[in-house]
Amino acid sequence: MRALVLRQLTKTYRNGIKALKGIDLEVDRGDFFALLGPNGAGKTTAIGIVTSLVTKTGGVVEVFGHDIDRELEVAKSCIGVVPQEINFNQFETAFTIVVNQAGFYGITRRVAKQRAEVYLKQLQLWDRRHSIARSLSGGMKRRLMIARALMHQPELLILDEPTAGVDIEVRRSMWEFLRMINGEGTTIILTTHYLEEAENLCRNVAIIDGGRIIERDSMANVLRKLQTETFVLNLRDARTAAPRLDGFRASLADAHTLEVEVSRGQSLNQVFAQLSAQGVEIDSMRNKVNRLEELFVRLVDSRGRGGAGAAVA
Amino acid sequence: MSATPRRAGARWTGFQTILIREFGRIVRIWGQTLLPPAVTSTLYFVIFGSLIGRRVGQVGGHDYMQFIAPGLIMMTVIQNSYGNVVSSFFGAKFGKHLEELLVAPLPNWLIVLGYALGGVTRGFMVGTVVTIVSLFFTRLGLLHPAMIVSAAFLTSFVFALGGFINAMLAKNFDQISWFPTFILTPLTYLGGVFYSIQMLPRWALDASHANPILYMVSAFRYGFLGTADVDLRLAYAIMVMAAVGMFSLAVVLMQRGVGIRD
Repeated sequence: MRALVLRQLTKTYRNGIKALKGIDLEVDRGDFFALLGPNGAGKTTAIGIVTSLVTKTGGVVEVFGHDIDRELEVAKSCIGVVPQEINFNQFETAFTIVVNQAGFYGITRRVAKQRAEVYLKQLQLWDRRHSIARSLSGGMKRRLMIARALMHQPELLILDEPTAGVDIEVRRSMWEFLRMINGEGTTIILTTHYLEEAENLCRNVAIIDGGRIIERDSMANVLRKLQTETFVLNLRDARTAAPRLDGFRASLADAHTLEVEVSRGQSLNQVFAQLSAQGVEIDSMRNKVNRLEELFVRLVDSRGRGGAGAAVA
Repeated sequence: MSATPRRAGARWTGFQTILIREFGRIVRIWGQTLLPPAVTSTLYFVIFGSLIGRRVGQVGGHDYMQFIAPGLIMMTVIQNSYGNVVSSFFGAKFGKHLEELLVAPLPNWLIVLGYALGGVTRGFMVGTVVTIVSLFFTRLGLLHPAMIVSAAFLTSFVFALGGFINAMLAKNFDQISWFPTFILTPLTYLGGVFYSIQMLPRWALDASHANPILYMVSAFRYGFLGTADVDLRLAYAIMVMAAVGMFSLAVVLMQRGVGIRD
């Protein structure tokens, strides 16, 4: 069974803006799915419709087979949502916020208090459970929203930019936590601006732009479509000119930094062999940008220039 | 509205949670919710009751202080049941934590009912406080307790729903003060709180019958004093119709997502 099915989903706002222009999307149960797109692409609108915060103009939404037009309450009970903006009462305590949210989903207070202890501990918030929410740090507020979304143990967890504005350490710990609950069977749909996050966490991906899905595949297949990657090599000795590398485009960023473009089908071994033959020693190497980021930018750019078909060729 | 027993149980828990949250809010900000009515009503009793009331003499066969006490209690109930919901719901909308309820599997009518009964709760809490204050100034009988409770309940329910609808429609904080300033307060002051409409000239007496608050105050006063300015059956008919009408309107607005859903 699919965790989420969108069929010809459309949304036109009152001001005439067409945020979604007929989206078709399927997300499998148990998947860790990335929904990517530039600002204004329609990600948050799509999530808003699924979580019933936005009214759709047309199309079908099914959550674990429950159509939101016919079985809205059942569909809602399957979903936990972590929105982009902080949306809890900043004057309530962390404990009250999560217990009340469980109550809204029909979880009795006794059970809710037990679950609150579990999730607040797992998300390192238990010591701050009696703190007024507005006194929590940005990272704590993000984690509190995750704890709140999990209180009714949803089968589908939707996270809209969950790690926006949190430091690397907190982000990594949140990744671990999300991997864990996905491993326990919770389907996760994630939107993020940190493409490294999507590449690290997600098995499948859809890229949305201008209200349309322009790419939908496994993360591995999507990354395979990347035609060229740029590698940054740190040189041991300073150089004034880039070494000649037959078959590759190479340029010096500075005296110790060489950038080499490697096309699909080419081997890095050829680069290293030629550099060794010229006596160039390499201290370290990295991707110039995250691979998914590179693909994402190319897809969106080429779509802007003339259509998605060319973008994913 | 039909639901399986499990679904009904979940709804009941959700409904209780809304009420618990509203009660917690009333108690948490008691300095804004419970204290001001006690201070204001004390001033009313001192100024209108003790100082001016002595010169007024009897109204409707009762001491002026006795006459205005039920009116003042009802006025406070109206203002607080309205004020509780308008500030709580608009605050939730403005602060976006209303989304906690909108994403939850709760039917719209239950959300409306939860907020409205939260307003009724504050109306009763504050009404109790003002009743206790009034006992320092006058004696109040309980001739018809069921009438006192039912009139207070229906009235606070109607105005709590008024606060809910105002909060849904309001786009900013200014707009939540329009209704109380231009409609609620004038109707309350002209609704027989401080005087019997029998004291008015004919045209004003006739005009007063178009004021729904007159019927609410009169029914409530009858519960304490046994006298009323209006037909009590008509008063209850108006209160019940207003409650049903306001509740239906609030639910329709919720279904349409007016002011809360894009």
